[in-house]
Amino acid sequence: MAEPKTKDVLFDPVFKNNPIALQVLGICSALAVTTRLDKAIVMSLAVTLVVAFSNAAIAVLRHYIPTSIRIIVQMTIISSLVIIVDLLLQAFIPKIADELSVFVGLIITNCIVMGRAEGFAMKNSPVVSFIDGIGNGLGYSVILLVVGFFRELLGSGTLLGHTVLPLASDGGWYVRNGLMLTPPSAFFIIGIFIWILRTLKPEQVETE
Amino acid sequence: MLEHHLSLLFDSVFSGNLALSLFLGMCTFLAVSKNVKTALGLGIAVIVIQTITVPVNCVIYQYLLKENALNWTGVASLQGTDLRFLGLISYIGTIAAMVQILEMALDRFYPPLYNALGIFLPLITVNCAILGGTLFMVERDYTPLEALNFGFSGGLGWAMAICALAGIREKLKYSDIPSGLRGLGITFITVGLMALAFMAFQGIKI
Repeated sequence: MAEPKTKDVLFDPVFKNNPIALQVLGICSALAVTTRLDKAIVMSLAVTLVVAFSNAAIAVLRHYIPTSIRIIVQMTIISSLVIIVDLLLQAFIPKIADELSVFVGLIITNCIVMGRAEGFAMKNSPVVSFIDGIGNGLGYSVILLVVGFFRELLGSGTLLGHTVLPLASDGGWYVRNGLMLTPPSAFFIIGIFIWILRTLKPEQVETE
Repeated sequence: MLEHHLSLLFDSVFSGNLALSLFLGMCTFLAVSKNVKTALGLGIAVIVIQTITVPVNCVIYQYLLKENALNWTGVASLQGTDLRFLGLISYIGTIAAMVQILEMALDRFYPPLYNALGIFLPLITVNCAILGGTLFMVERDYTPLEALNFGFSGGLGWAMAICALAGIREKLKYSDIPSGLRGLGITFITVGLMALAFMAFQGIKI
């Protein structure tokens, strides 16, 4: 089998084959952790690290994993990595780790991680799999950052805690949009993001 | 006591709905909601698994992993141990094992339900609603009885939400949607509107 090109492996998942917008994977956390940009950044980093390293680890072991129990083996590798990430977050940025609460643990069942392990790492060499993990992590991060950016900007008029739009309540002119702080807004933003993406790339439109 | 449990039930079915206010199990929620029949099958599977795994994981957490949890053994070297860092790996193990056992038991004793659930059973292992239910149970420190209630009602709320979405999507087939929004896009917006409606339950206490 021809090795996939490194550049394609790295950048395809960002727009062409985005894990969230096209493959409908890993949406849960995309919605729950995006009320502020800093939370979205931390979550993106965590997921990218886990996907990349689990992909590499599984690719190294791919010839030794018996097919019948591969799901359990993959789960074990992934959960060990998530435990490491969880402990790191709690040690270095306990405040954000607290706010992310259960969603760090939920990276285990994030379908992107499982999907890439099953669909890519079981068939390719460790280095390519690692890059594929980074690529998919980036694709996930793009959506998370876009959603986090709009929700924090429109919802509280700040970015990373710095005031960008002065609020009317503090003597500025911007009246904040409370909807953006509530969970449903994430659905609308992702829906609109998919709409824009598919208008630009009509080949992604679903035929029914 | 009864009042407390009733309020927990109402809370997890409506105001704290696993799908629509905590966004758990979204991947399956969006992918398997094209028609009501399959949605119902998956919903039932989630209720069953959730009712079993949350209390089981609760017992594991309270009597094995929690700080000082091993004191009941009476063994001196086990006093004051804290095994919480093993949490994630034990919960996912329990869930995978429970799903496997349930699959075998259904196949042996009740084939009609086994056939009806089909592929959904193994898929449930990676459904974040299941693991999410367990993690919320740990965070809120439920007793095993509360965990049983939370597992059942959380599953029920999730099942109701996916059936409602499937019903809406069946009707959506007949509407004229801009081509870029068709499929996934409009589903996201529909779920957003449903979640807005569910927010109306917030703050209601029995």
